[in-house]
Amino acid sequence: MTTRIFGSGIRRREDPRLITGKATYTDDIKLPGMVYAAILRSPHAHARIRSIDTSAAAAAPGVLAVYTGADVEGVLKPIPCAWVVPNSDVKQVAYPAIAKDVVRYVGDAVAVVVAEDRYQAEDALELISVDYEVLPAVINPEAALGPNAPQLHADAPKNQAFHWVASGGNVDDAFKSAEVVVKDTIVQQKLIPNAMEPRSAVASWLAPMGELTIWNSTQNPHIVRFITCLVTGVPEHKIRIIAPEVGGGFGSKIAVYPWEMIVAFCAMKLGLPVKWTETRTENYVATTHGRDHIERVELAATRSGKITGLRATVYAGMGAYLSTAGPGIPTILHGLMYSGPYAIPNIRADVYGVFTNSTPVEAYRGAGRPEATFLLERMIDLLAVQLNLDPVEVRRRNLIPKFDNGYDVAIGLKYDSGDYQKALDTALTHTSYNRLRQEQQQLRQHGKYMGIGVVCYCEICGLGPSQVAGAVGFGGGLWESAIVRFYATGKVNVFVGTSPHGQGEETTFAQIIADELGVPVDDVEVVHGDTDLTPMGWGTYGSRTTVVGGAAVALSARKIREKGRLLAAHLLEAAEADVEYADGKFFVRGSPDKSKTIQDIALMANVAWNMPQGMEPGLEATTFYDPPNFTFPFGTHIAVVIVDPDNGHIDLTKYVAVDDCGRQINPMVVEGQIHGGVVQGVGQALWEGAVYDQNGQLLTGSMLDYALPRAHLLPDVETLSTTTPSPHNPLGVKGIGETGTIASTPAVYNAVIDALRHLGVTGLEMPLTPEKVWRAIHQQG
Amino acid sequence: MFAAKFEYYKVNSVAEALQTLRAHNGAKLMAGGHSLIPLLKLRLARPAALVDISGILDLQGISVDDTTVHIGPLTTHQTIAASEAVARVCPLMAEVAGEIGDPQVRNRGTIGGNVSHADPASDWPTALTALNAQFVIQGTGALHRRVTRTVAAADFFTGALSTSLGEHEILTEIQVPVMNTAQHSAYAKMAHPATFFSVVSAAVVISMSGNRCTQASVVLGGLAPKPVRAASVEEALIGQDLTADNIAAAAAQVSNDLAGEVMGDIYASAEYRRAVAPVEVKHAIYHAAGLAHS
Repeated sequence: MTTRIFGSGIRRREDPRLITGKATYTDDIKLPGMVYAAILRSPHAHARIRSIDTSAAAAAPGVLAVYTGADVEGVLKPIPCAWVVPNSDVKQVAYPAIAKDVVRYVGDAVAVVVAEDRYQAEDALELISVDYEVLPAVINPEAALGPNAPQLHADAPKNQAFHWVASGGNVDDAFKSAEVVVKDTIVQQKLIPNAMEPRSAVASWLAPMGELTIWNSTQNPHIVRFITCLVTGVPEHKIRIIAPEVGGGFGSKIAVYPWEMIVAFCAMKLGLPVKWTETRTENYVATTHGRDHIERVELAATRSGKITGLRATVYAGMGAYLSTAGPGIPTILHGLMYSGPYAIPNIRADVYGVFTNSTPVEAYRGAGRPEATFLLERMIDLLAVQLNLDPVEVRRRNLIPKFDNGYDVAIGLKYDSGDYQKALDTALTHTSYNRLRQEQQQLRQHGKYMGIGVVCYCEICGLGPSQVAGAVGFGGGLWESAIVRFYATGKVNVFVGTSPHGQGEETTFAQIIADELGVPVDDVEVVHGDTDLTPMGWGTYGSRTTVVGGAAVALSARKIREKGRLLAAHLLEAAEADVEYADGKFFVRGSPDKSKTIQDIALMANVAWNMPQGMEPGLEATTFYDPPNFTFPFGTHIAVVIVDPDNGHIDLTKYVAVDDCGRQINPMVVEGQIHGGVVQGVGQALWEGAVYDQNGQLLTGSMLDYALPRAHLLPDVETLSTTTPSPHNPLGVKGIGETGTIASTPAVYNAVIDALRHLGVTGLEMPLTPEKVWRAIHQQG
Repeated sequence: MFAAKFEYYKVNSVAEALQTLRAHNGAKLMAGGHSLIPLLKLRLARPAALVDISGILDLQGISVDDTTVHIGPLTTHQTIAASEAVARVCPLMAEVAGEIGDPQVRNRGTIGGNVSHADPASDWPTALTALNAQFVIQGTGALHRRVTRTVAAADFFTGALSTSLGEHEILTEIQVPVMNTAQHSAYAKMAHPATFFSVVSAAVVISMSGNRCTQASVVLGGLAPKPVRAASVEEALIGQDLTADNIAAAAAQVSNDLAGEVMGDIYASAEYRRAVAPVEVKHAIYHAAGLAHS
């Protein structure tokens, strides 16, 4: 037998078209008669609109229409928030597609111009005159909750969007009896996702049929269809959402934005196809941001380093409005993960969602779990300093022992499987950890500051059982579906409801089919990203595509295998019970030469000349898969840095990632996900951060100021894995899309602080710029 | 990111370029476009006309004679970085060119466009000042006669985004003295992680006799609106053996040369830039002298 295709690191079939420029993105769509929209955005973080004069713009060359908030009011319903976390008094403030009376962040839409070409539309924007009464703005989420803060929404007093509490055990008792308590304030700076493809939408309205089609750079076309129906009033079956090639999302393409609703409005008003593509400058203010927490955290422990309690009060910036999934991120995906891979008996998370005069906050790769992991891993390092223990030793004393099938953590989740110690040991062995520590001592004696950061993580992904989705206020299901269809020629299409956009499932789903049914992998084509072509699904985020969507693919394949077996028995004139399947062949037990290939079966099922009585023609299966639980991948990452004491420059010299995502369908794809994720997390630690001035102006509003990771600033990311299959997943897989980002920010951060440990430095704000490090070393405030 | 309307002229000679500049008030010359196009797209620059000089063959290429490296202003950073002749007779230029931006920038951006834009965070102004380069400029005088003048680097850069180039003038050549065998050079840069522009940079050219420094040219970039000659550092180096102590002492003198304006921004404050300037100076001297770091 040849090498098994499941587990084989074959090359991604997506890549040739991507790297040769042959992919079709939304902005590449051109329709006959198409016109172009440009959106006028508020230059102020908070202002009352006294008046708008659009007459000069409307009269400008090529301009077909100018619309303002007054035009869309009553036609487009407010943009809904789709994750209303229960028992937390979520204020669903009105989120108009175009602001009418008040603008609440730099980037809020004020008007839209539609013109025959894009330049005309941009020129006309400059001719719109808006009279603003500028109001005070607030950016810091903790300050926004304070007594004298400017108020954003009349129906959200104190700017409080929600207050959510989760607890397990008795955390107050744990702190009362604690032998040791460490405290810290952690700032999770606001991040700008920077997908390589900015957002874009093309809307086409066929009035005679009442059909609306939107090409949209989204991670979840079916959710867009659902919400477009709610906002525009066009019935769901008359809406088609197409996500062509999507050039990265990282969470920023989950939200259903006002912008595509505006584009749909324009197309319906004018009866012409309308395209809108944001500029990069626009992307910085108008596409959702991530993180933005201020966290006050306390950890209780025994003198021997056993953690007895963790409590945190978190001020989570939501931006000016609640984005589609916004409230779920600092709560369900964050507070519920405070135990990480550790046995912590008493936990409380106290999370305030807060409106601020800034771009709305959504999921950003990891979405809540990077913040939870950082919080935990930071506190454990502080505990290690306090107890004068090695950080690894503190972790070892608290890790949950190996389990294969279910572990209940205090805060209420049931982890699926884990062997945290093994991942830790693998990482320590690979890095020769003890030798690294000796090297650190030696270098320190020569005035060189080396730091080692160790992070053990466990995260929640593969979202998730629909019943849980309902219980936590997620406004939809979280199951997935897949149709597997064989043609007479033996070739296969797989139609899926997930919407991969860089994660490689066109390749890995084909590998699942090839493995389950013995067809050549190149005979399988995966179709996704078009609501008219694909079955219902809830999209690609939360590392759920392979876990949930892939399971649906596998189960459909298994249904086909069973139907094929019954058809083969009929054709081989054998008893059904005597026919078996292996490697793409159905054969009579004991007589392997009496067989039918899957291709023979596909041909017969499709022509249906000789079918068993009662069997339907065709070789096709559909599965709706609702997972029984989330999956909980885990691992240990180790980062090594050298800090130059003269100027604070940080050199990341080594990075080792040990990850366990259960069984791997394609190790090269897994490795690619880890590389990308690690790099993105390093970006948060060292370079990235949205900086605002006191008026709410974004100072890091372009790639000149907002530093993204660059290849030459990074070491090789060394990847290793352990394999602990998920006991409940049909493929034994767990998600891997976000683990790198979840682990790498605290790994690098802890390494830098470790390098400065002998100077008494216990924390710095991210990103760790050379100046901040230099000031810490030289104690210049 | 969509430019306002402008007229576009592609010219094929310096004469045509000068004529087109004169004919269109507020026209801007464009070489590689790497500084100008982002400004156009942000509508921060709105020239009535663009004069595209990228096709003028006379302004491209590198030639070397006994005393001077002649660089056509349309020569790309990459061409300079890859030039064997430059590496041989003026290695500092090759080093600096290879550190500019990223490969896309180096392949499109030109040295002339860069120095004419005169961004205080870019690398060429610092390096060319340290090398005592000369800038040959053509303009139009009385009776429409062509006038050529030559300006030293120290006079060419007059401030942030500002040079001695007149509105109707064009840079036609950069002349850099050939380095002799006693001369050694290096460029040290703390780069902004977003752009690789310099936050603080130091260009050093030193002449050595044995281990003794006999001449020194030390220029700082990134700190001030235009390159700063570190005369105090130069003075402290000349006549000294390049020992670790002497280098550190000389580098520390840089604070005397930074008495004037030092720029700060959200990435690095003026205070920090002043404080780490000696570090970059020290790194550059070490590299130039071929010494291992302490």
